[in-house]
Amino acid sequence: MGRMFEGKTLPVLIVLGAILAFWYAAAIWMNAPWQEQLNSRANLENVPFTEFVMQTWDQAKPLLPAPHQVLSEIWTATIGTDIASKRSLAYHASITLSATLMGFALGTLLGIGLAVVIVHNDASNRSLMPWIIASQTVPILAVAPMVVVGLGAVGVTGLLPKALISMYLSFFPVVVGMVKGLRTPESIQLDLMRTYSATSWQVFSVLRWPASVPFLFASMKVGIAISLIGAVVGELSNSAGGGLGVRLLTGSYNGQTIQIWAALLLAAVLAAVLVIAVGGAEKLVNRAMGARA
Amino acid sequence: MSRLQQILAWLSGLLCAVSLGMALAAGDAPALLLLFLTIGTFSLLRFRRPFPYGFDGVMLLLGAIGLLLTLPVYAVEPPFFWLSLLATWSFAWLFVERLSQAIRQGRLSEKLFGLVIPVVFGLVLLFVWEAVTRGANVPQVLLPAPSQIWDRLLNSIPTLVADFQQTFLKAVLAGYAMGCIAGFAVAVLVDRSPFLERGLLPIGNFVSALPIIGIAPIMVMWFGFDWQSKAAVVVAMTFFPMLVNTVAGLKAASVMERDLMRTYAAGYWQTLWKLRLPAAAPFIFNALKINSTLALIGAIVAEFFGTPIVGMGFRISTEVGRLNIDLVWAEIAVAAVAGSAFYGVIALIERAITFWHPSVRGGRT
Repeated sequence: MGRMFEGKTLPVLIVLGAILAFWYAAAIWMNAPWQEQLNSRANLENVPFTEFVMQTWDQAKPLLPAPHQVLSEIWTATIGTDIASKRSLAYHASITLSATLMGFALGTLLGIGLAVVIVHNDASNRSLMPWIIASQTVPILAVAPMVVVGLGAVGVTGLLPKALISMYLSFFPVVVGMVKGLRTPESIQLDLMRTYSATSWQVFSVLRWPASVPFLFASMKVGIAISLIGAVVGELSNSAGGGLGVRLLTGSYNGQTIQIWAALLLAAVLAAVLVIAVGGAEKLVNRAMGARA
Repeated sequence: MSRLQQILAWLSGLLCAVSLGMALAAGDAPALLLLFLTIGTFSLLRFRRPFPYGFDGVMLLLGAIGLLLTLPVYAVEPPFFWLSLLATWSFAWLFVERLSQAIRQGRLSEKLFGLVIPVVFGLVLLFVWEAVTRGANVPQVLLPAPSQIWDRLLNSIPTLVADFQQTFLKAVLAGYAMGCIAGFAVAVLVDRSPFLERGLLPIGNFVSALPIIGIAPIMVMWFGFDWQSKAAVVVAMTFFPMLVNTVAGLKAASVMERDLMRTYAAGYWQTLWKLRLPAAAPFIFNALKINSTLALIGAIVAEFFGTPIVGMGFRISTEVGRLNIDLVWAEIAVAAVAGSAFYGVIALIERAITFWHPSVRGGRT
């Protein structure tokens, strides 16, 4: 028991429990006015408080759905529905996931490529780096609708436009992290490589690349999270294509709050799984490279 | 000359020679372009006697102006136009390459010319954008030319100003202030309880990675269509980075310094105000800078879900639907300038407040 108080598990669980309790309480408070109207219309009077609470947690279009409503919606929309049907949340999640992964892969490759060029060529370092850093301060996500519609107008639809947005978002952290990482070898180490008369390819593959791996994974964790955001926002502009973003949009048009919350929660779970997966890959690679834990 | 420079020099010279021949054969090429191509051809003489790097800069300018003058002459740009464009590009590259070499060797001042290179690169990029979109008649819906965007920007200033007011001055600033202050306050409170800190921090870190932007439709339902719902999204987006960074920053003061404060018999608030908050300032400013970008993104994307008929996100999503892509680009340009300026102002305040920090004293942030 003492160890549980020392660690993080118990505090995290308690905070989560508090959030859950707060959520249920807020659901009562926020849904109460509408429920009172419903009851007075149905000529229900003197509803006991416990029953009233149950009613607020069981509305069809609540202002704030209770956690169990969201979970059961996720359950029926993923497990309970045919996976190929357009009503299936799993179907929409898979669309978003594939756009995210494609964009993330493209963005990471582009980022690594640019970082290699920047590290090896002073002129491109001087001309590109300031713009890459400045572009971090620009709300890039605003271009998302334009990319989707612009490419759609010339016949490119489906996965690619969304993946391009994800790529655009995820390559910045990779460039910045990798430039830092590829530059971590100190001049002593570079000098040693020179005394070995190593070629520049050998310096890269034996010294610079391994030194940059921790930076690569740190950037990739950021990159994959924003790839998902890019894919979701990209979906907002093409409601025919499906995806979690479309579920958010149609939910907001139809006032289906439970549907919005379910899509949102699933996106959060997806983000968590992706970040954890990158973290797991990092551990594997570190072990394979013989890093001390 | 390095290998790359030699290749670029050969490339630019030969491209000029070939397109000079084609332009003379065509007969109606503008004089300035012909002048550029002639000098460019003779630039191959540099292999006998080196030219100064200023020459490549002048050639870049000459080529760019010559090509822009050529644009309206032809309905469909002839092949020598594209070859000249390539030649101009390689002159530009050569110029930047030689400039950075001169800086590296200490022949030019780092401070002044370190700034020239990215500016030249940006201008060349703009020029190529203009030349390619207009030269190849790229569909306007795919990518309008910079000159088109600029015209549109000047023509729709009242719209852009109204959108800027709605999105930036109302939603972004209000949400940013509330989110940052709330995150900061919670961090200071949490800092007093190690138990709460261990419970809240992992969750805060986790939430920072989530697509919080998705709560936008919910906020629109709760707080209505006007800027309040956008500010609420911004609050949710900026809260967690601030919380996590401030908590980390409050740990930045070392045990030694805290012990010193205790020997002075300083109370909790005195220690907080005089030692721990100043020590946390770099972390807090880091969060403020991250949040400046997040806030603008949050407000713009939240407007995709419904707004009154004004606002940057509203304008972007509706004008995209009407295929007025140049207006969308103008709006994005405004957003980019606003975002950079916002970031810049915070960076300046940071320099003024954390003047003692090594990263500021070293002249680099």
